[in-house]
Amino acid sequence: MQVQSTPIDYLPIIFQMIIAVGFVVTTMLATHLIGPKRKTKDKLSTFESGIEVVGNARQPFSIKYFLVAILFVLFDIEVIFMYPWAVNFKEMGIPGMIEMFVFMATLLLGFIYIIKKKALDWD
Amino acid sequence: MELALVIQKFILVIVIFAVSLLVAMYSTWAERKVAAFLQDRVGPNRAGPGGILQPLADGIKMFTKEEIIPLDSNKFLFIAGPSLAILTACIGSAVIPWSTPLTIGSKTIPLQVTDINVGILYIFGVVSLGVYGILIGGWASNNKYSLMGAIRAASQNISYEIAMGLSIIALLMSTGSLSLKVIVEQQSGFWAHGWFTWNAFQQPLGFLIFLVCAFAETNRTPFDLPECETELIGGYHTEYSSMKLGFYLFAEYINMFVSSAVMASLYFGGYNFPFMHHLGLDANWLSILGIVAMLLKTFFFIFLFMWVRWTVPRFRYDQLMDLGWKVLIPLSIVNIVLTGIWITVKDIYFK
Repeated sequence: MQVQSTPIDYLPIIFQMIIAVGFVVTTMLATHLIGPKRKTKDKLSTFESGIEVVGNARQPFSIKYFLVAILFVLFDIEVIFMYPWAVNFKEMGIPGMIEMFVFMATLLLGFIYIIKKKALDWD
Repeated sequence: MELALVIQKFILVIVIFAVSLLVAMYSTWAERKVAAFLQDRVGPNRAGPGGILQPLADGIKMFTKEEIIPLDSNKFLFIAGPSLAILTACIGSAVIPWSTPLTIGSKTIPLQVTDINVGILYIFGVVSLGVYGILIGGWASNNKYSLMGAIRAASQNISYEIAMGLSIIALLMSTGSLSLKVIVEQQSGFWAHGWFTWNAFQQPLGFLIFLVCAFAETNRTPFDLPECETELIGGYHTEYSSMKLGFYLFAEYINMFVSSAVMASLYFGGYNFPFMHHLGLDANWLSILGIVAMLLKTFFFIFLFMWVRWTVPRFRYDQLMDLGWKVLIPLSIVNIVLTGIWITVKDIYFK
């Protein structure tokens, strides 16, 4: 049932990457060479709906985004942890299933905690 | 790996690459035609009959436009952003099985670039990399709108990735393999043992969650907050022009193509079609018909992407995050539990 992959099976992916990189580089160079180059100061200034640029764009933004990013790291590791279990689910039978449900219940507890903490409320 | 095999793989890669670019090009045309049809308009009709040459005209226009790199931007990252976006979009199709192997003379040519036993994880990884293109491009522009679009995109993509991963786990429990080829082979035919063989009929909830997440991951309406015109002008690509803008738009359509193909292979049987074993055709004909079936399914999903875009209005950002975190994640966990119980009960009582 399980397919065995050797490192040689991954070589075609590298071929595809080579082709993709070649395509991107050629296109980027072509558009750079073909397009007209008439640069003016106004044209190269940052677009801000036609008014003078105020300050720098790289300023602090809402902490919520960081919170989501950190929560993502936690949950995504749990998800990756569950992949091997899911693939071998049928071999492990009922004990494996109960063990994983306990794990998922603890995961769910943490999830309820972050919802109660209003970490996911946007206002 | 001997030389003949390397050449064969290179030809296959180039063909699939060309097809995905062609599909992406004509998706832009199809999108405008579908939009026109849904809004009772004509759509593009000047370049060639029925506007069939419109994508070429668009391409030429993109190439001959002046490329503008704002003075305040980070030049290297400004160019790296769109390149990365299209690069990650282009390499995703490597593990998708397009059909059963073709036999020419004594040679069998598998119509899949490579069959690795972690196929789904590979696609998952490539999809996650896609967010870097948007994030880097938006940050490098040094524009307030771009930055907001980029942050929104990053936040949205990572939120929906969790639900996507969880919905795939329920699928893996019944397939028992991460290889896309094995998953598609298990769905052979259409009807066996008194039930449909396609996974969509075994995992309806999982499929719906995956579909919603695919919309969010490709930044399509109703989840196109990163490039929401009414608030953010162009979102992360506000400062972009010429082919760099084209790359961002193109990457979106290639992503759409790849995710449609993935949905077709994971849930709708890939290259399998009803009655395929009752036609009495030889393997090569089945293989060719398989390609047609696979492409038809993929095109249907691309059409679905467009249909939804011109039907459903855009979400608000808090609604988007609530849907991702508070609805889809619990739902997919419920789906895993139900799948687990169902498979175990079936193994014990219905053997």
